[in-house]
Amino acid sequence: MELFTNQVLAGIATGAIYACMALAVVMIYQAIDHLNFAQGEMAMFSTFISWQLMQWGVPYWAAFVITLVFAFFGGIAIERVLFKPLAKAPILTNVAGFIALFAIINSSAGLIWDFTIKQYPTPFGSAPFLGSQLISTHQAGMIGVTVLMLIGLYFFFQYTRIGLAMRAAASVPESARLVGINTSWMIALGWGMASAIGAIAGMLIAPVVFLEPNMMGGVLIYGFAAAVLGGLTSPLGAVVGGFLMGIFENLAGTYIPGVGNELKLPIALALIISVLVVKPAGLFGRHIVKRV
Amino acid sequence: MTVLLNVKDLRAYYGQVQALHGLSFSLDEGSLTTLLGANGAGKTTTLRAICNMVRSTGGIEFDGKPLNNRSTESIVRFGIAHVPQGRGTFTTMTVEENLQLGAITRKDNAGIVSDIERMYAHFPVLKQRHTQQAGTLSGGEQQMLAVARALMLRPRLMLLDEPSFGLAPLVVRDLFGILGKINREDKVSILVVEQNAQLALELADQAYVIETGRIVMSGNAKDIANNEEIRKSYLGY
Repeated sequence: MELFTNQVLAGIATGAIYACMALAVVMIYQAIDHLNFAQGEMAMFSTFISWQLMQWGVPYWAAFVITLVFAFFGGIAIERVLFKPLAKAPILTNVAGFIALFAIINSSAGLIWDFTIKQYPTPFGSAPFLGSQLISTHQAGMIGVTVLMLIGLYFFFQYTRIGLAMRAAASVPESARLVGINTSWMIALGWGMASAIGAIAGMLIAPVVFLEPNMMGGVLIYGFAAAVLGGLTSPLGAVVGGFLMGIFENLAGTYIPGVGNELKLPIALALIISVLVVKPAGLFGRHIVKRV
Repeated sequence: MTVLLNVKDLRAYYGQVQALHGLSFSLDEGSLTTLLGANGAGKTTTLRAICNMVRSTGGIEFDGKPLNNRSTESIVRFGIAHVPQGRGTFTTMTVEENLQLGAITRKDNAGIVSDIERMYAHFPVLKQRHTQQAGTLSGGEQQMLAVARALMLRPRLMLLDEPSFGLAPLVVRDLFGILGKINREDKVSILVVEQNAQLALELADQAYVIETGRIVMSGNAKDIANNEEIRKSYLGY
């Protein structure tokens, strides 16, 4: 039983990271109808920025905040330079754009910081949390920071004018323009926020997976799986999907014979396919019905 | 009477297809003007061209200022509220959020709060349903919501695209009564596009008839309604 509780709690901790990545993916999907394959690389690059700042002697939380600001404006810049011009381009053009972005960021990080694995500090420590062997303080910190961020986002989207405008721009762009919302900037803002959310995920997971240019590869696949599981049209679904994914991954690795660490990722991919077959809109997603 | 909206030689295009062929008309401040015409005559395109939602050439002046080449969202800031065909409801949001979105360009929070109350007084059904998802409203209720959302801008000019579409005759009467009241009491100029010519002519001061992208008839709404020849040849009733 203790093993089970332990695995579930650890699953919630990594699930928090998947939830962040899934949420970032869904925010951009809602805004531009494309999956951002480079979401993980953007997060990785931001994490490197925070590491570099700490190498220069900036304290952890200051580096954390500066990195969020960097990620936010970096996300906006990527949208303005690369994807705004592609807004009316065919899907494949956009896919090519995302792959290019992936390669550019990945190689740049390798060029600047090389591909060796680096230690990344945790501000929470890795002692047992509250004296319990079930979960470490860092895992508790991952959950805590993610939950705080989700609460913050909820209030932002539910109770601020700009949050309302962003939701309107994503749901009915034409009507949003007709009430005076600059939908193009709302998309850019969505990119900035998604990029900052990804940066949080990167900085929280880096002490676990270690820092290197390919650190987010697996994480992003779980993030995609979480987003598909929850439904690409539902931010809440993405978050729930993320936590479920984390728990599922851990339990499968522990209890299904022969899965272990090696087969966890294929299991996540199998889950994406099964969900798409059984429930194409995901657990919380809406079917988009268009009148012809 | 001062001219609020002046459209001169408007030509609009959907890709290679020209939908408006040099259309000119004007709308007086405080008036309720209607654009009539059959399906495909170019009524909707005219409204969309005013808000720069379709490629067009020609002159569009609002209160003496040219609107050409401005983005749709900046044209709203002149005080032009456009209720599009199909109502443009934010269906996944609540009724109250829809009203707040109508006022999203305004900064006076106290005024917005009191205007929402004013809308609930105009349209009591919206107050009953203010926490409900707007997509769950009936067609008539959604049209009321669309008009209320437009009024939340405190517009000088309201553009309405077929407000009667898909509504029961009684609901249409109600709605047109409210539009007349808004026009008189709130001094909002209204340009309404309609297929239901009879009803629109009862309500309007001025009327224009469009056929295949050109104005073919214009004048006082009462005169046009009383002219049997025009009615039979252009308006079909």
